[in-house]
Amino acid sequence: MDAHTLLDRLFPTGHAVASEDTYFHGSGTCRGATVVVLGTSEEVEIGVELALAMARDVLDVIKTAPRRPILLLVATSGQRLSRRDEMLGIHAYLAHLAKTIDLAKRRGHPVVSLVWSRAVSGGFLSTGLLADLCFALPEAEIGVMNLPAMSRITKIPLERLESLSLTSPVFAPGVENYLRMGAIEAIWQGDLEAHLDAAFRLPSDRERRRALGEVRGGRQLARSVAERVRSHERG
Amino acid sequence: MKPKSYYEASARERMAAFLDPGSFQEFLPPTDRVSSPHLRQLDQPGAFDDGILVGSGRLAGHPVLAAAQEGVFMGGAVGEVHGAKLVGLLERTLVTRPAAVILLLETGGVRLHEANAGLVAVSEVMHAVLAVRVAGIPVLVLDGGQFGCFGGMGIVAALCDAVVMSEEGRLGLSGPEVIEASRGVEEFDSRDRALVWRTVGGKHRYLLGEATRLVEDTVPAFREAAIGLLGTLPVFGLEDLEAEHARLQGRLERFGDCRESFEIWTRLGIEDPQALPLLETSAFLAQVGGKRG
Amino acid sequence: MESLTFEYRGGVPIESPRIPVIAGVVGSGNLEILLEAEGPADHCTIVVVTAAAGFGAIWQAVMDDFVARHKPGGVRLSINDVGATPAVVSLRLEQAWDAFQGGSA
Repeated sequence: MDAHTLLDRLFPTGHAVASEDTYFHGSGTCRGATVVVLGTSEEVEIGVELALAMARDVLDVIKTAPRRPILLLVATSGQRLSRRDEMLGIHAYLAHLAKTIDLAKRRGHPVVSLVWSRAVSGGFLSTGLLADLCFALPEAEIGVMNLPAMSRITKIPLERLESLSLTSPVFAPGVENYLRMGAIEAIWQGDLEAHLDAAFRLPSDRERRRALGEVRGGRQLARSVAERVRSHERG
Repeated sequence: MKPKSYYEASARERMAAFLDPGSFQEFLPPTDRVSSPHLRQLDQPGAFDDGILVGSGRLAGHPVLAAAQEGVFMGGAVGEVHGAKLVGLLERTLVTRPAAVILLLETGGVRLHEANAGLVAVSEVMHAVLAVRVAGIPVLVLDGGQFGCFGGMGIVAALCDAVVMSEEGRLGLSGPEVIEASRGVEEFDSRDRALVWRTVGGKHRYLLGEATRLVEDTVPAFREAAIGLLGTLPVFGLEDLEAEHARLQGRLERFGDCRESFEIWTRLGIEDPQALPLLETSAFLAQVGGKRG
Repeated sequence: MESLTFEYRGGVPIESPRIPVIAGVVGSGNLEILLEAEGPADHCTIVVVTAAAGFGAIWQAVMDDFVARHKPGGVRLSINDVGATPAVVSLRLEQAWDAFQGGSA
């Protein structure tokens, strides 16, 4: 699916999003309500320039459209891997983008993200995962690293990783695995407009993902360990 | 006796020497055996603290919460339990309201053996750091360990109120080895130590303004710097983020075409930039004065 | 990876209470040892998890030596190892025992 098709399915009654570029922004109408759209396509790498451009747009939305819902459409192969970006402090640029999305939420903008293509590592951390709630299309790919690369670095045989990944959701890329982690609230199929409309009215809080991760069996310790530290009696 | 090198110390040694003597109270200590449930299936022995110690203590008499990552254990990488301990500590802050949270970070980012749980955990750490700052409690980062601070935890460091580094510290997103492995040695030669340090090391991060303080490689030096930063007030409303945006935009306009840190240092107006990597910390600070990005 | 358990009897009961001690770090060529006051007063239990399988006899010899030297009673040692040499294991054991006695690790 290309970005045009995605936007048409999300906003069948109309949208004003120019999607010629790998980064697009604009607005759409969802059941009569205007939604801000910020998205990437073609699995773009997020470097310092793109992070800054996205942060600029988030800040402008906060200034010009108070409390308007924001939809982040995620398609990224991760952070840009370059010595020059590291030299300039790409970690700080991605953190800045994260802070602007966080500020939008604190200023009353409901923020929902939809992974519609790939979502990898730093690019996902500083965009989609900052949303109140994160959703994915069934064909999406989410992960940190493919298994052959993981095998090379960890020196664990590829066959071992492949066979373990059939039963363990904890390390292999895959949208289902992230559903079980609790990071993806739900996978959207069928009427995307209806899903989007409902998403902006769902409750969310900081602990929801680890609670879901526990219930869905993907992260059986995250919630309880965090809780034990938080409520520890000494100190 | 010579003060303990921060770079060479273990996480436990750092924590003990960093806080007021005897004040550290650990939550979920090794005797609780809260280890990773995912490592055994991949033939990797776990650690009884999953590579991070978290707890409360005092810093110059002020109550603080603190965490220290152990770089020797799996490169300090974040897994499910490791990350949950850090999240729990940050969220505890919202209840106990200490003077600050201090993070002694030494990490390559997400632990590949449990990559999905680790990535989500780092995201939860990001959410928690932001919540702590919104509550008015400063979060301070110390970065001077052998493994530096990379991956998603590099983003976390930049979300905090202040970063204290030594010359030996490194801070970034993708580590040099990761860039070399995927883009080739021409892009980044991870074995060229001088290149690595002038690209992501403490001195360069200080000159860019990403490290708030640059200190000697001793635990007492990190301690003194952190004490000095205890009064930091977290501010990041719209105006603060606009100011940060202007700063990052300015950096891109000023240095975006540079291929080498030396070019950046020259444009900052520093005399004899080629000499900077060799200077002791105090001489370095005297040489650069206020010339920072 | 391999798990090994060693049981000894006839140790000299330690004076209680004792604060648990941890020595070393789980990393290549290194190990962590957690020393706790636990179990019957003359027993010493040692549980080793090691990344390097097939060295049971060497572990046995190093542990025999440690137990013969200090006669620990009412003690449990828990070890996570990533291929430490016998010399490193002995060094960490001495550090842990010394700290357990109230010395410095």
